[in-house]
This record gives sequence, C-alpha cells and structure tokens, in this order.
Amino acid sequence: MSAFTLSRRTLLKSAAIGSIGLSAGLLTRRPAHAEDLTIGIIYVGSRDDYGWNQAHAVAAKALAAVPGVKVVEEENVPETIAVAKTMESMIELDGAKLIFPTSFGYYSPFMLDAAKKYPDVQFRHAAPLWKEGDPTNAGSYFGYLDQAHYVNGVAAGLSTKSNKLGFVAAKPISSVLSNANAFALGARSVNPKAEVQVIFTGDWSMPVREAEATNALIDAGADVIGCHVDSPKTVIQTAESRGVKSVGHNASQANLAPKGFITGAEYKWETIYKKFADLLAKGEPLPNFTGGGYDLDYVQNTAYGAGASPEAIAAADKAKEDMRAKKPIYIGPLKDNKGNEVIPAGTVHAPYDPWIDQINFLVEGVQGSIT
Amino acid sequence: MNETDIGFWGVPLAMFAGAIRVSTPFLFVSLGECLTEKSGRINLGLEGTLVFGAMSGYAVAYLTGSPWFGVFCAGLSGCFFGAIHGYICKLPKVNDIAIGIAMMLFGTGLAFFFGKPFIQPQAPHLPSISLGGWSSLPQVRSALEINPLFFIGIALAVFMWWAFKNTRWGLIVRMTGDSAPAALAMGYSVDWVRFLATTVGGFFAGVGGAFLSLYYPGAWSEGLSSGQGLMAVALVIFARWNPLACFGAALLFGAAGALGPALQSVGITQGYYFFNAAPYLLTLFIMIASVSPKRSLKGAPGELSITK
Repeated sequence: MSAFTLSRRTLLKSAAIGSIGLSAGLLTRRPAHAEDLTIGIIYVGSRDDYGWNQAHAVAAKALAAVPGVKVVEEENVPETIAVAKTMESMIELDGAKLIFPTSFGYYSPFMLDAAKKYPDVQFRHAAPLWKEGDPTNAGSYFGYLDQAHYVNGVAAGLSTKSNKLGFVAAKPISSVLSNANAFALGARSVNPKAEVQVIFTGDWSMPVREAEATNALIDAGADVIGCHVDSPKTVIQTAESRGVKSVGHNASQANLAPKGFITGAEYKWETIYKKFADLLAKGEPLPNFTGGGYDLDYVQNTAYGAGASPEAIAAADKAKEDMRAKKPIYIGPLKDNKGNEVIPAGTVHAPYDPWIDQINFLVEGVQGSIT
Repeated sequence: MNETDIGFWGVPLAMFAGAIRVSTPFLFVSLGECLTEKSGRINLGLEGTLVFGAMSGYAVAYLTGSPWFGVFCAGLSGCFFGAIHGYICKLPKVNDIAIGIAMMLFGTGLAFFFGKPFIQPQAPHLPSISLGGWSSLPQVRSALEINPLFFIGIALAVFMWWAFKNTRWGLIVRMTGDSAPAALAMGYSVDWVRFLATTVGGFFAGVGGAFLSLYYPGAWSEGLSSGQGLMAVALVIFARWNPLACFGAALLFGAAGALGPALQSVGITQGYYFFNAAPYLLTLFIMIASVSPKRSLKGAPGELSITK
C-alpha cells in the first residue's frame, strides 16, 4: 500500500516539479494555438531535385512558416520497409500527428499498415489512391497536373516547326499517361498536325537513360521536349544543349534553359498543405480525398521563358482561363493510338471524373506503347 | 517526313552515339578496376568512388569555374578512397570484398552528405570536340560531339595494355597479382604494390565519375549513378583483365544502354522494360557464361580472392 501514500518529501518534490513545468509552459506558450502540430513529410529523393520532391519541399517550407506548425522531413526514403520505419520514428519520436508520404509506392502496404497501427495519427498520400474501405485516418490529395500539361501542350504545339513533339515519361501509370495525353491533346487542339512521341525510361529517376531518351527523341526529329520524370533537370538541360525547346514538369526549371524554355507544369502543394494545417488547428476533420487543378489553385504553369512565342503565350493564357473555368480535356469522340474508340461521341469527361485516374491508354497522335 | 528523318537508321546511329557517350565512365572505372585486380585485389568500392568523384568534380568545377580542375580533383578524391581501401586491406585477416562494400556505402553516403548544396547550382561543362562537321545530318553531327576524356580513356587503355606487357612496373604489378610469394622472393613489397595499384585505380574511377556529372548527363544528383561502378567490375571479368578488351566491353555496355530509348524512338515500343534492362541482362549473362566450377577463369590473376 505504500505506493499510494504520499510522503511529505515526495509531495514537496512533485509540487516543485509541477510549478517549474507550469511556469515553463506559461513562458513558452505560443499565442492562438491550443497545441502545436508536428507534421512529417517523407520524400523519395532529394529535396532539391528540380522536380517532384522539390515541389513538395517548397510547400513544406511555406507550411513551416505557419505559427504553431513544426515540420519534420526525411529525404531519400526508398519505397520499401524503410518508409514504415521512417513513419514510425516520426510518430513515436517526433510526435507527428499528420504524415505526408509523398511517393506513389509508399501507399500500399506501408502507409495503410501504419494508418491501422496508429489510429490517432492522420496520413495523407500524394496520389489519387484512397478509396472507400481504406482506413479513415488515411487519405489522398492530388493536384491534377494534366491541366497544366494541357497548357504546356498548347504552348508547345504553337512552338514546333517539325510538328513533332517529344515526351520523356517514367512509368506507364495513369497519372503519367494522363499528363502525356493532355500534352498531346493540348498541342493538337491548336495544331492538328502535331504528333507526340513518348519514350518510357521505366524508372522515376534515371539520369543517363533520360539523357539518352532526350537525344533519341531529338534525333528522331522532335523539336520541343516535355517530360514526366521525378527530376526533369537532365531532360531540360539536354534539350537546351541540343538547341531545342522544352517544357517543364513538377517544379520550375526555367533557369536551366535560358534559351529554349517555354513554360512548365507545376504543382502548388502549399495550397493543400496549408488547408490541412488550418483544418487541424481548428479541430476539424481532414477530407479523405481532395483533388483539384487550376480551379482550386492546386497547379500552376511556370512563367514563360525565352522559348515562348507571342502567339504561344496568347493561346496558353487562354487555355489557363479554360482550365480555371473547368473546361474538360477529354471530349468524345476520341480514339487511342491503336485506333480503338475510348470515348464515344457525345460523352465528355469532366476534369475530376474518376475515369481520368483509370487512364491506361495513349490518345491518337501519340507514338508509344504502354507495355 | 522531312529531310532529317533517318527512320530505322536511327537505331544503329543511336547505339553508336550512345556507345561513345555512355561508355566513358564504364571505361575509366573498368581500367581502374583492371589495374587493381591485376595486382591481386578486388575493389568493389569503385561504385562509391565514382559517385564521390562525380560530386567532388562537380563541386570543384562549380566553385573554381574550371571543369578540368574539377576532373583532376575528382581523381584525387578517388585516390583518397583507393588509398583507404588499400591501407585497410593491408591489415591482417581483412577481406577485400567486404571492405569494398563498406567503401561503396561510405563513398555514396559521404557524397550525398557533402553534395547537398551542389544539386541546385550549375557547374560549367567539359567542352567537346566536334568531329561531325562533314555531315549534313544533325543526328550524325551530334553523335560525333565527342568528349576528350573518351580519347584519353582510349589512350590510357592502350598504354596500360602495352605497359603490362613491356614495362618493369607492369611486370611487378602482374607478378604481385599472380603470385605473392614470387613477388616477395624478388624483394618487392606486395602490400605496397597493391596499395599503389588500388590508389591509382581509384583515381581513374573518380575521373569516370566526373565525366558523369560534368559532361553526360552533366549534372550532379543523387540518382546519378545507376550501378555503373558495379557493372564495371563485371566488365573487367568479361574483358579477361585485358585493358584493350575493357575498352570494347565498355562500348558494348554503352550501346546496350542506348538500345531501349533508341528502339522506342523509331516506334518499336513494345517490351521497353526488357530493352531497358539490356545492360543488366548483359552483366548477368556474362557472369553465367564466364564461370565454370572446373577451372579458374582464363587470364585471371592467380591471387584474386574470387578465383583462389
């Protein structure tokens, strides 16, 4: 029973500790926020890769500037059990209450398992993968970059002389395919003679192969190069050194190509991150899925570079307005590049139709194969 | 169709151009490894040396504005890694393969650590020599933009081939590699010869790394090497420890790497995962084709721990 009887000494000691704690708490207490929020962000590559990871890191920086928010980050985390360990240490050691694992392969099984293990922690993943039945403390957020790639395509379609555009793509998954398709549809909307040739490298980051792919596209006659790889630095630099124009992806690559850069498709993750932090601070639940494009300010286009002609700028500006007004990209009748009809005449797929997340074809006018 | 469209001729041309562009790092790393293995030691750490060389070459070129000085410093940093490997392997009961793997992780880790501030800035590139002025095809002209390091690599391969056969130093290295007791009997320090061979081999691998970051693809990033340093080790075995054959093998690996994108560019788009895996498949087949349980490899230095 002695454990429950307080001796005078223990009482004094705990009272002293308590008062120290209390005064310390009073001194360091920040205004406006009941409790501080720690957010963990996990990157698959390095934070300044001119691409996917940089786009997130720029937003993370903006998020860290919000009072009461602390951001912990880890880069170069492979899409393996390593990410499970990273999430665990962010939760257990840093006290993170919201985790953003930003790479596609983190979702299943690693993030789903972690969400089941830590029901009070919120997990939001940067790809449209969450579906009914997955843990409710998990979720997805996504910027529909295909809208910005459509704008890229419009600008590229009016900048090509050979009517042949190149596109260096990483893997044939729906988000890459929809960007390549939007690029082609954008180009062909202003220049019906334009064709897009796609080369898949098979991996998110493969600098030597990306450079080879860019060279191969230029050798085959392409004079504007677009891409969807994690770090477009190599592609843009190679295109610039071969004297052809380029359009960017993920983050701003404008300063890599002072002569040939036209514009680029960029994410604006900070809109989403700040929205989430705001909801948590108010104690409101986070949405399980949020996705948007130009209309919600989730994506943007890089400021025009020296490669953009006045008519390309005018057409691209108009395309941006169309995207803000939620004008659809996928309008029937539309064929894929094997001649099969994928959208019958009269059908229109609105910008956030779940159909877009399931795209597994390349549209007519694109040379390339997904297998 | 326009006059610069060369259709299916693009594939052999792209493989030729790819062989020249992509082979140089393979060539330098394999020459370094060849020298080290000739002295009777395996240095698997050259992958780490390559990555560190890429980082340090890029950093020095950016800070000083001179890409050639960057190449030199990349070589020096390679020397440093080679020297560590050489020194540790001198200690008793140390396995050179295990140290090599440790050095590989150490080199890449250190390169990532110091390389963080150099991912964003742009360093000056190495110049190239244009040999394609005679051709009206832009594809051919671009394929014949050749970096001087490629020629230096060829000269080095020829020199090493000649030196192994015809010089006193070449003989000492080969003797140490084939029979340590013989070298000892002749009064040469086996450890010292191997230390020097590993150090110089490290220099070559560092230069190979600088080619990656300063010429092609021409930027420092953490995903820069896709195992070129390790593949070069397999390449040395394929080349039967002959520097001239190393050159041929490096060209072959470069061409294999260009195969996937080149085929897609002419419209052969099915099965690109298979074609993209060509350099790795090639490595695997070489390994399978060159082993036999009955004999040690022809041309292998007798002291090499994998063949003993």
